[in-house]
Amino acid sequence: MSDAPVITHAERPRKAPAIEFRDVHLAFDDRVILDGISFSVQPGETKIVLGGSGTGKSTILKLALGLLRPDAGHVFVDGVDISAMKERALLEIRQKIGMIFQDGALFDSLSVFENVGFRLSEQDATLEDIEDAVRRTLRFVNLEDAIDKMPNELSGGMRRRVGIARALIGSPKIILYDEPTAGLDPPTARTICELAMKLRDLEGVSSIFVTHRIDDARQMASEFVTIGETGDIQIVHERDDFCLVNTRFIMLRRGKIIFGGTDEELWASTDPYIKAFLS
Amino acid sequence: MNAVTLAVSEIQETTLLAGRTLREAVRRPYYVRDIIHQMDVIGVGSLSIVLLTGLFTGGILAIQTGSVLRTYGALDFTGQLVMTTMVRALGPVLACIMLAGRVGSGIAAELGSMVVTEQIDALRALGTSPLKKLVWPRLVALLIMAPALTLLADLCGAFGGWIVATNILGVTSQTYINTAKSALNYNDIFGGVLKPFVYGFIIAVVSCRAGLRTRGGTVGVGRSTTQSVVLASILIIATDFFLSKLLLALGDMGFLR
Repeated sequence: MSDAPVITHAERPRKAPAIEFRDVHLAFDDRVILDGISFSVQPGETKIVLGGSGTGKSTILKLALGLLRPDAGHVFVDGVDISAMKERALLEIRQKIGMIFQDGALFDSLSVFENVGFRLSEQDATLEDIEDAVRRTLRFVNLEDAIDKMPNELSGGMRRRVGIARALIGSPKIILYDEPTAGLDPPTARTICELAMKLRDLEGVSSIFVTHRIDDARQMASEFVTIGETGDIQIVHERDDFCLVNTRFIMLRRGKIIFGGTDEELWASTDPYIKAFLS
Repeated sequence: MNAVTLAVSEIQETTLLAGRTLREAVRRPYYVRDIIHQMDVIGVGSLSIVLLTGLFTGGILAIQTGSVLRTYGALDFTGQLVMTTMVRALGPVLACIMLAGRVGSGIAAELGSMVVTEQIDALRALGTSPLKKLVWPRLVALLIMAPALTLLADLCGAFGGWIVATNILGVTSQTYINTAKSALNYNDIFGGVLKPFVYGFIIAVVSCRAGLRTRGGTVGVGRSTTQSVVLASILIIATDFFLSKLLLALGDMGFLR
């Protein structure tokens, strides 16, 4: 199904999409995972990927990062085809991308400080610069107090937030979320979604948000973050006169995209599978 | 995939891992701190078991060969026999099999756990090469520490043999030491260092490969750990046969005199 943005020709962005998949196929042995996937994420846009377990949602993120290579088709990051790129060149492309893993994927043997500052320490930044950036990022996810803790001392929600902080170091312009709210209680899940919204609306980050939780999808597509008159951060619901256009959906089933469009189009879909999924 | 294809594919992947890791060696960063940390974990951490293995192996050698040597009136050569056997064969093989058991299993389990908890993917996602960050420091540490530990195991073996020879077999201390010293030539010392160097390489590559190809959660981690120890131990023993033949042949040709 076509996934063209609903904006006028005059407003069409001239910059290359942050991420673009063109007719991507991938199979593991005889099992087809992705079967001709095409979609793009425009700069500043959040693409929410819905679908049941095993439909290839996380695989899309791994392809976008170059952790997997497509059997056929092309994956572009910032206009650069990474499909056949060598690992060494991919390491540089990945510096532009932050990835939040399902369970945090924090390095067990490193403290929160070392985890969050990992990318900078690999780039030979000074300790002062690393500490400054780590504290600033941990403040953003409201976890500055946990800076000296080890990953095994953190709750599930805290691990995800540290994972987000680690992904944000270096200010990447593309963030990939792999079910960041899976297994979390609703208030914590909401906090994670609010962080993703802050990045989308205040930092202009492009992202792919993989989830199978409809609550996350509704929140991400119907609320936005803005700075109030007093300089405080406010979360606002979209209104009849203000429609959020920087968040769009695709839904996967059996390796194919069966839906691509806005949240209004998704909720109004008459496709039996989509209706069953949303209910 | 049948067994032959699987075996060929595995050899290919392991060779590629070793080649890529060595190729990474010339590029920054060099992870000197990680190498020193691994040398501490591998070397200092394995010191006690390797020394005990050497000590008791030397003692056993002296006890088992003592009765035979006595029959031929050659009990004075106990020191020579213990030293030669320890340095040429048992020291490197046993010390490195102990390393494969303790260190190889640890490496496979650690890297395997990192694979199943997506830490390896996270490392790559952060723009860091797992080969350079994880495999390279372990490889260098094993290449340095395996020969060092083996030399210490050889010395402990000689000491264990001395205890048995002087206290049980009735060999004088001076005789034991003199024959032990005269037993060694340049060929033995070269082989005694070369062998553990090669075995250290085998342990590092086999265990890192086993860990990094882990699939299937915690069960997979257990499987990788077992495979790493079994494969490294078999390869060490098999390689010892060919290396011994090679070193003897080189010695006969006069290259190592």
